[in-house]
Amino acid sequence: MSVLLLADHDNGVLSPATARLVAASSALGVVDILVVAENPASIAAEAAKIAGVQKVITVTATPIAETITNSLENLAQRYRNVVASASSVGKDVIPRLAAKLDIQPVTDVVEILSPNRFTRPIYAGNALETVEDPQATHLLTFRASAFRPAASGNTAPVESLDISVTSAAKFLAAHRTDSDTPDLATAQIVIGGGVSVGSAEGFQLIEKLGKTLGAAVGATRAAVDAGYAPNDWQIGQTGKIIAPDLYIAIGISGALQHLAGIQGAKKIFAINSDPEAPLVKIADVALIGDLFEIVPQLVTELERLGLKR
Amino acid sequence: MKILVAVKRVVDHNVRIRVRPDGTGVETTGVRMSMNPFCKHAVEAAVQLAEKGDVSEIVIVSIGPKQSNDVILTALAMGARRGILIETDAALETLTIAKLLAKVVSEEQPDLILLGKQAVDDDSNHVGQMLAALTNRPQATFASQIVVKGAELEVTREVDYGRETISVPLPAVVTADLRLNTPRNAALPMVMKARSKPLAVRPATEFGVDLAPRLRTEKISPPTERVPGKTVGSVSDFAAAVASEVNEMEAL
Repeated sequence: MSVLLLADHDNGVLSPATARLVAASSALGVVDILVVAENPASIAAEAAKIAGVQKVITVTATPIAETITNSLENLAQRYRNVVASASSVGKDVIPRLAAKLDIQPVTDVVEILSPNRFTRPIYAGNALETVEDPQATHLLTFRASAFRPAASGNTAPVESLDISVTSAAKFLAAHRTDSDTPDLATAQIVIGGGVSVGSAEGFQLIEKLGKTLGAAVGATRAAVDAGYAPNDWQIGQTGKIIAPDLYIAIGISGALQHLAGIQGAKKIFAINSDPEAPLVKIADVALIGDLFEIVPQLVTELERLGLKR
Repeated sequence: MKILVAVKRVVDHNVRIRVRPDGTGVETTGVRMSMNPFCKHAVEAAVQLAEKGDVSEIVIVSIGPKQSNDVILTALAMGARRGILIETDAALETLTIAKLLAKVVSEEQPDLILLGKQAVDDDSNHVGQMLAALTNRPQATFASQIVVKGAELEVTREVDYGRETISVPLPAVVTADLRLNTPRNAALPMVMKARSKPLAVRPATEFGVDLAPRLRTEKISPPTERVPGKTVGSVSDFAAAVASEVNEMEAL
């Protein structure tokens, strides 16, 4: 009984980040997964398939900071580590739990050096901090993008925990972005658009390229602020952190805060009219020119080449 | 409604930081410092609520060295009424910060506590949530909209799937995201006026909170540099490079 891992889920579907969190957490011990949801059964069934999971525990409740924190608190004393993804849920919940348990958490971990030594980025990823955590219980969030996913094929048992958890805060409404593109944080290919894309219509070009490559689509803060792309597409220090095998940055100059979100990308390709843009400078492959001319040609060219995906 | 806003002095977000070669940290001497951007959105939110009515007082609190007075003055110039500096030269952990703030909360009894969602130096994103737990209040983190509805707030939060709206009864803790508002730049008369507003300085040691760190920082290191690549001359060369990357990818 060593790791309690909080599962991320949305709309009744387990987040693909979970398999990566299981793989990372396995370095710390045997992993149990907690699912807090209004209808946890199908999410728990998916979680039970991840290799390395010992069991899945479910709590039936509306997932909101207080209900999730109370569920974790109820179970925490049985474990040496309580882990969540560095997602909007994990970031909301783990510090709250930490204060309740009087434990200093270590969050946004990108590398596990030993069961009590971790590396985390600071200053938007412009520095890396290595910390030793001598506390008896570790409260951790891991960046899913920094770890490879565990295999599937497991059939771990599912147990329901019959506790009543309440929340003073009430959930009112979800405003979901309608999109069938893959999850940004775990996508293998990501296409990013900057403010030079110029409009929401311009972003349809980016999405078209995304479809051709089976890629997730992201945006800079400036593009989101301008209303060209929804907020959950934002990549960077305050948005999502990505670590795809290939990132194609289109019309993105490369502010420090954006670069913070893409440091984990294996290869960075750039399309930009400015050869001096910081993002062009760090790109593995760059093409200088007008994105509105290049992107449609690129889609045609890629379709002609017929990719394996 | 009484509002307490916690603000932090950090290395200015436009400064390209330098990691000290001996691995002890990030160089901060001689570097431009300013209020953490997220904290500025929190102050602006408080001032906007006051402009709409029903706010009795906005109190600013900061924890840090003497120079943190500067960021309190910035907040006072934006429209807050008085400030509290909890002075310490030590780099405190987030849980310690939250415990000190909880002491201030028990003295001041604010209805609403506003903070930035994270500080751009340690990027922790902890303190608001910790303070909510320590003061047994509900929390609404990553706020992009705050609407007062009687004794409740309706807060729209930026989350991974988009946005969500929750209601929180007061007293509550709210942390600000960047799209909450556009912080004002205080006009010169306001800056002058801020200097005459009350600002209490109190040593961190007088609050009865254990300030010792729990974690041990082994080292601070720079990230690995990316090696510069090449520029290709045509769309078909670029497409061929994309195709070769994609075809090499290991299937997940």
